[in-house]
Amino acid sequence: MPDPSVRLTTLPAAPGVGYKPQHFADIMRDPGGVAWFEIHAENYMGDGGRPIAQLRHLAERHPVSVHGIGLGIGGEGRLDPDHLTRLKHLCDWLTPASFSEHLAWSSHEGAYLNDLLPLPYTAATLACVADHIDETQEALGRPMLLENPSSYLVFDESTMSEPEFLGELARRTGCGLLLDVNNVFVSATNLGMSALAYLDAFPLARVGELHLGGHHEDADEHGAPLLIDSHDHAITEPVWTLLDETFARLGACPVLIERDDDIPPWPTLEAEAARAGRALARAVKRAAA
Amino acid sequence: MSNMMKTVAIAGAVTAALAAQATTAQAAGAKEKCFGVALAGENDCAAGEGTTCKGTSKVDYQGNAWTLVDEGTCTEIDLPEMADGTERRGSPEPLDRDLPA
Amino acid sequence: MSAGQGIFRAAVLDPARPSPAGLSDGRGHAAGKRFDVYRNNVAVGLTEVLETGFPVIRKLIGEDRFSAVCGVFLRQSPPASPILSRYGDGFPAFLAGFEPLAHLRYLADVAALELAIRQSYHAADALPILPESLSAVPPERVDDLRLGLAPALRVVRSHWPIHDIWSYNTVENAPKPAPVAQDVLITRPEFDPAPQVLPPGGAGFIAALQQGATLGTAAEQAARDAPDFDLGEVLALLLAGNAIVSADLPGDGHA
Repeated sequence: MPDPSVRLTTLPAAPGVGYKPQHFADIMRDPGGVAWFEIHAENYMGDGGRPIAQLRHLAERHPVSVHGIGLGIGGEGRLDPDHLTRLKHLCDWLTPASFSEHLAWSSHEGAYLNDLLPLPYTAATLACVADHIDETQEALGRPMLLENPSSYLVFDESTMSEPEFLGELARRTGCGLLLDVNNVFVSATNLGMSALAYLDAFPLARVGELHLGGHHEDADEHGAPLLIDSHDHAITEPVWTLLDETFARLGACPVLIERDDDIPPWPTLEAEAARAGRALARAVKRAAA
Repeated sequence: MSNMMKTVAIAGAVTAALAAQATTAQAAGAKEKCFGVALAGENDCAAGEGTTCKGTSKVDYQGNAWTLVDEGTCTEIDLPEMADGTERRGSPEPLDRDLPA
Repeated sequence: MSAGQGIFRAAVLDPARPSPAGLSDGRGHAAGKRFDVYRNNVAVGLTEVLETGFPVIRKLIGEDRFSAVCGVFLRQSPPASPILSRYGDGFPAFLAGFEPLAHLRYLADVAALELAIRQSYHAADALPILPESLSAVPPERVDDLRLGLAPALRVVRSHWPIHDIWSYNTVENAPKPAPVAQDVLITRPEFDPAPQVLPPGGAGFIAALQQGATLGTAAEQAARDAPDFDLGEVLALLLAGNAIVSADLPGDGHA
């Protein structure tokens, strides 16, 4: 059951950047206005060496958020107990400011498919995902945030909308939500829906963190737009606009710049973080007025 | 080798190894401690990254079928120039001609 | 939950299968090409992981053939865990049995070397012994020493010049490979794995130490296998690589 006294995250309501090892020296020298960093859990599950050493240095100086990719909260099978143990070990020594995972699955019968695969939104899947969230929060001894996916297709068997499904999960398990603003834009465009209507339906009170990333534009065989959540270029203008809309509804919130491919030099990401920081400041100012 | 001789030989080898090590350590002495943490190492295996939540805009054309790509060409795999400078073709050859470069 | 994930998984890995039923584009059409997004994400993503782990294999057979080989491998052996820095431990054995590349007989051993380098990179940290602690051992007891080796140490044995093939493709101005057999020692003096050729007998000596043999027994065994085994040379390599992490004498513990 949700315990409202437990904070979902202790990240500052300020811009952060997804940590990439090639930026380590730049960040140690001067992180600029970037207030926190996010890592992908599975890249820090080795036994030692440079990745772990760099992460220790980073975490000594900055708040760090752990973002899991591979737990498969949305899987129909049981959660991998070994992977839960590894996540717990990482969270225990790193004591991150936040832990998040995805509304998706990726493992099936022992094979890990290296992607965030979709699931239908039904009463049955809701019960199963809620159990997995309970199990994860129990194992880690902390609340988690669950991220909305990028959708490319819909399941005919779905009986709930995504905001409804996420809201019900948060209500049942006490978990928080991670709202990926780019994913909202990608899904809405791909499925011919309104991104603003999605935001209006979203349980914003449970949001503990925002994500912003770049996407790739393609089209399907009918000529309809097909955006891919590729994290390989700059954040696009419509997504910046949607961020403003999100802040206007949500107020101040930690916001992360994600870049996972074609990684640019550090100043490029720092500039995107600064822009997110300005959007946040505008929202705070408007709220105070 | 008698036990005595063996012990003497091993003790001698340890002494030689320590002497070699002292030289190396002196040469590396100026190196700043912890310097290596920040390096992007040459054999860095992309610094341990590998798991990400990104999708890709690249298309996988391979399908399941090596044969679609390579039917009939498997004895003509181009390799970089041979160690001896002659270009090789993929059919089995004696050891010294089988080396890539 | 719906029985769909098994079918979904099979279709993601096999482009010859139709995309699963019951998926649509939100506009009244079947999902069609949209399902291919997942196929691409998985196949391209795993191929990129293998490119990162096996850059020399890729260079040796070329980019197109490398991704074709990966396409076969990743469908036959998808990762068993989400820790993708470990993906590919079955790749050397796969290459050894992959018929179209069977004539490149050194390929599997070069892949084993690349895998060992990556394992060394991520291995646990361990403090090396101070060399002085060896000089403190009384000479008559030196052969009773048991040496513990660093978790980052790896040895790859081959009938092929795998070290030279590897360095010729990764290090500028490295010499061309000569037709000799090479055993390779990988140590990690700090954070970067350092592969070096082991002198004759070295691989057997290290294997004996790893099985718990004393310095004397391991050296004797190595000298039997390789008459010109030079213990001093191999110990110097291990010390310089920060690869000896304990030195114990029976009875009185740490040397």
